[in-house]
Amino acid sequence: MSTDKVITAEQLTKRFGDFTAVDAISFNVYKGEIFGFLGANGAGKTTAMRMLSGLSMPTSGKASVAGFDVYKENEKIKQNIGYMSQKFSLYEDLTVKENIRFYAGIYGKSDQFIKEKTSVVLEQLHLTAEGNKLVKSLPLGWKQKLAFSVAIFHEPQIVFLDEPTGGVDPVTRREFWNMIYLAAEAGITVFVTTHYMDEAEYCNRVSIMVDGRIDALDTPEKLKKTYGVATMDDVFLKLARKAVRSAD
Amino acid sequence: MKSVVVNNISKRYGSKKVVTTALQGISFEVDKGELFGIIGPDGAGKTSLFRILTTLLLAEEGTATVDGLDVVKDYKAIRQRVGYMPGRFSLYQDLTVKENLDFFATIFNTSVEENYDLIKDIYSQIEPFKDRKAGKLSGGMKQKLALSCALIHRPSVLFLDEPTTGVDAVSRKEFWEMLRKLKEQEITILVSTPYMDEASLCDKVALIQSGKILSIDTPEGVVKSFGKKIMAVKSSNMLHLLADLKRTELLEDAYPFGEYHHAVLKNESSGQELKNYLQQKEYPFEIKETEPNIEDCFMALMKN
Repeated sequence: MSTDKVITAEQLTKRFGDFTAVDAISFNVYKGEIFGFLGANGAGKTTAMRMLSGLSMPTSGKASVAGFDVYKENEKIKQNIGYMSQKFSLYEDLTVKENIRFYAGIYGKSDQFIKEKTSVVLEQLHLTAEGNKLVKSLPLGWKQKLAFSVAIFHEPQIVFLDEPTGGVDPVTRREFWNMIYLAAEAGITVFVTTHYMDEAEYCNRVSIMVDGRIDALDTPEKLKKTYGVATMDDVFLKLARKAVRSAD
Repeated sequence: MKSVVVNNISKRYGSKKVVTTALQGISFEVDKGELFGIIGPDGAGKTSLFRILTTLLLAEEGTATVDGLDVVKDYKAIRQRVGYMPGRFSLYQDLTVKENLDFFATIFNTSVEENYDLIKDIYSQIEPFKDRKAGKLSGGMKQKLALSCALIHRPSVLFLDEPTTGVDAVSRKEFWEMLRKLKEQEITILVSTPYMDEASLCDKVALIQSGKILSIDTPEGVVKSFGKKIMAVKSSNMLHLLADLKRTELLEDAYPFGEYHHAVLKNESSGQELKNYLQQKEYPFEIKETEPNIEDCFMALMKN
C-alpha cells in the first residue's frame, strides 16, 4: 500500500446546535487503500462522510480530500470523488447506456471518453447485450454492480460507498467486493461503510466510531488482537455497546 | 392446528409487456408459537408473501390460511388477529409515541392497559419519551414503537417484514432478544431478513431466492443437509490465495468468508489433499476444517 495520503482529517468536528455529531476525529487514508468506516447507527458516520465529500461544512478542525481543502475547495472535492449510496441511485427509466452517459456527462467527460469506456465497462460487467435495456429490468445484483461502475466511471481518486451491499444476495455480495478489490488495485481509494462484519475483514484498515469519536482504528487483525476476540463482529460489539448516545 | 399454511402461492406483477414473477408456487407451514424466518436477499419475494398473508394483496394462484382462516374469504377476521410491522416505518410521524399506541389499541377495540403486560418489556424502554412525536424518534426507538403498536391488540400471528434491515449489529442483537421473549407468550412470529446470520436465531427457516423456496428446515437441519466438507484457509495475500483455490480440481467452490476463504471440498477430495496442493505454492498459509453455516448453504442452493 502507498504512503500518499488522499484523505487527512485533524480534529474534524461537526455540531448541530448543542449536539456534537462528529467529535474531533483525526485519521489518514492512503492511496489505494480499502478503508472500512464502521459505527453503530447514530455514531456520526453519515455526517463525517458528508463533510469529507464536500456536502457539509465542518464546525471546526481540518480536513483535505484528494488534495483539496474541505472548507475552501469543496466543489473541487466533488469532482474528484465518486459516491454510491445504499439506496439504488441510478435512473430506473433510463437505459444502462443512458445512465452511464448522464453521470459521466455530469463529471464533464468527453463523448469520446464516454463512448470508449462504456464498451469496456459493459464488457467487464457482462452487460454488453443489455446496454439498451432499461435499468429497471435488471436484477438487483446487477444494478448494484452497475451503480458501482458508474460511481468510478469518471476515474475519481476516491470512491465513497455507503452500505453498498445491504440486502444483496451472498454471491453478488462477494462479486461486488471483487470489484472493490480491482478498483483499489487500480489505485482508487475505497472508503466504505457496512453492517456486515465479515466485510470488515476485507478492508485494509477499519475505523469504528462510537458517539461521534473514532474509538479504534487499525487493521482487522490488530483490532482483534487488541480486544482479545476472534472476530470483527466481537470487536464491534465490544466497542459499540459502550455507546451512550441513543441509536439511530 | 397450524398457524400459517401456504399452498402453492404465485404472484406476478406488471402488464402483458413486462411481467415480474415475485412468487412461484411457494408452499410451507408454520406451527403455533413458532419463530419462523424467511431468509433471502432484496427482490426474493419476501414482502409480497407477507402482504398476501396479511390480506393486503391477492395472489394469482394458490391458497393460504392464517389461524385456519382463508386469506381471501376471511380477510376481515384475519386482520383482527394478525400484527404486521411493514419494512418501512408506517406509524403517524406527527402523533406522539403514546398517541400512536392509543390509536392502534382503539382501532382494535382494546386499550393499552388491557395488554400492557405483553408490550411492557419493549414499550418501557421508550415510555420516558411518550410525549415525543414519532417522527422525532431515533431509528431504534421507532422500531420499538412500531413493534409495540403491532402487538397492542394481542395478535395470534405477528408478521415482521425486515425489522433489522439497515440496523447496526448491536441493535440487531437487541431486537432478536426481544423476539425470543415474545415467543414465550406463544405468539407465532414470521420474520423476514436479508441477513443470513439471523437464521440461526429462528426455530425454522425458509431460504428464498427469486420467488422460490430453496430449502425449509430447522437452521441445524439446513446446515446438516449441506453434506460437504469446508476448509477455512488464509494467507497474507488473500487475493492470490483465492485465485489458487479457484484453479484446483479438488474443490466444488471457493469464496471469501470474512477473515478466511471457504474452500468447499468435492466429495472425493480431502483436506489433506488441499493442504498438499497449497504447499506447492511456497507461501505460508493456515488451513483448518470448519462447519458450514447458513450462508454457505444459501450459496450452494443458489447454484443448483
